[in-house]
Amino acid sequence: MTKKIVVTGIGTTSPLGGNVKDTWKALLAGESGVRTIEADWVAEHDLPVTFAGQIKVSPENVMEKHELKRLDPSTQYALIAAKEAFEDAGSPDVAGERLGVDFATGIGGLWSLIDSWEVLKEKGPRRVYPLTIPMLMPNAAAGNISMQYGAKAGARTVVSACASGTESIVAAYDHLQAGLADVVIAGGTEGVVHPLPLAAFSAMQALSKRNDDPAGASRPYNTDRDGFVLGEGAAVLIIETEEHALARGAKIYAELAGGAVTSDSYHITAPDPEGSGAARAVMDALAISGEELSAVNHINAHATSTPVGDLAEYKALKAVFGSRIDEIPVSATKSSTGHLLGGTGALEALFTVLAIHERVAPPTINLTNQDPEIPLKVSGEPQPLGDGRIVAISNSFGFGGHNAVAVFRSYE
Amino acid sequence: MALSADQVLAGLAEIVTDETGIATDAVQLDKSFTDDLDIDSISMMTIVVAAEDKFGVKIPDDEVKNLVTVADAVNFITSAQG
Repeated sequence: MTKKIVVTGIGTTSPLGGNVKDTWKALLAGESGVRTIEADWVAEHDLPVTFAGQIKVSPENVMEKHELKRLDPSTQYALIAAKEAFEDAGSPDVAGERLGVDFATGIGGLWSLIDSWEVLKEKGPRRVYPLTIPMLMPNAAAGNISMQYGAKAGARTVVSACASGTESIVAAYDHLQAGLADVVIAGGTEGVVHPLPLAAFSAMQALSKRNDDPAGASRPYNTDRDGFVLGEGAAVLIIETEEHALARGAKIYAELAGGAVTSDSYHITAPDPEGSGAARAVMDALAISGEELSAVNHINAHATSTPVGDLAEYKALKAVFGSRIDEIPVSATKSSTGHLLGGTGALEALFTVLAIHERVAPPTINLTNQDPEIPLKVSGEPQPLGDGRIVAISNSFGFGGHNAVAVFRSYE
Repeated sequence: MALSADQVLAGLAEIVTDETGIATDAVQLDKSFTDDLDIDSISMMTIVVAAEDKFGVKIPDDEVKNLVTVADAVNFITSAQG
């Protein structure tokens, strides 16, 4: 029997703020979290891209020195977001064997890997930090969250590039539907605003090069969009069965109605130009949720601001929804946050949950010349979502041809 | 110039705090790293690596198991400096 699954806690540290309240407020106000990188390594390496969506509040302000030293930035962000989410959920009193973790990252502990490599080259093996491996491993966030909260019902990690964060939400749904846990700490993180990914993404012509206008660089759906903006941060959702949430009197933000994952089998980085894998993911997710296409009235799009990707997603949505797609309020929140890679789907799931709860679709900033080939209903202002029942989807697509879609709806 | 035992203790306590979060004043000569300070074997290695760097000494892997108490480590480092 299908269980009702609900969201009872949310947490984040993002380019817009160090918590949910500040992040959401900045998002609705149309602010950008994208700034010029203030680090010597930008000039040192003569990087072609000099800006990113770096987290607004440094972990140094909220974590102990020894924790900072023993945890990669990506895990630091994950633990900060998890703490806020778990406390927001009322620190549920759940047996460890019924508490799971489904977490995500796109790349893992890149800073730790490269820092240790530098030490090896300069000082030899004896000076290599003994915690290098547990810091760089992609499951470091899941393992540390599991330890922090006593989660013993499995701590899994999804790695599917930019689809990872949404896939972790889908994994949590499956985890709970399968009866393997009552509560799951789900989310995603990324902390790779580092010269190597900036150089590598630049080398593949994936990043915007608007160095003179960082806040305007992430401009999904504009004719002059020229690539995505690297972001960082983490977001966490506490997801649990309705039965468990009601029994403990938890507040409920929204229902996680379902989710699905498909793969393109087309190209390692390019999306299928017709978006057929993405379209199947949307249809499969809606089928699992039991919703009709006509019920969907908000979409948080993947919309990374790349010339090819934005159009492919639009074609996929048009194939699914037909001409009605141009009437559904859409939010392309990467316009404000940049692209958090493995963290992005979790942050956008959080935005989707809040959009339902607060009945407002967040703005899409930097809209000055909307591409006539993508006539979606986007706005630089928040779009009200009315008084009725809200059914929303959040899309993520990743290198490797990964497509993940989560469906959230008003809790009734 | 070689550091005194007191100076080595103070420096070692700083390392222990940086690596584990244990309060500096809890790092006393008679304390055992594992039994009293609850430091696991990997954390012990992070302390050893940092101590080698800080005091300019070599602490062979075979020697680490002999460093049971803080006093053992202070004595080893003090004599290794000389």
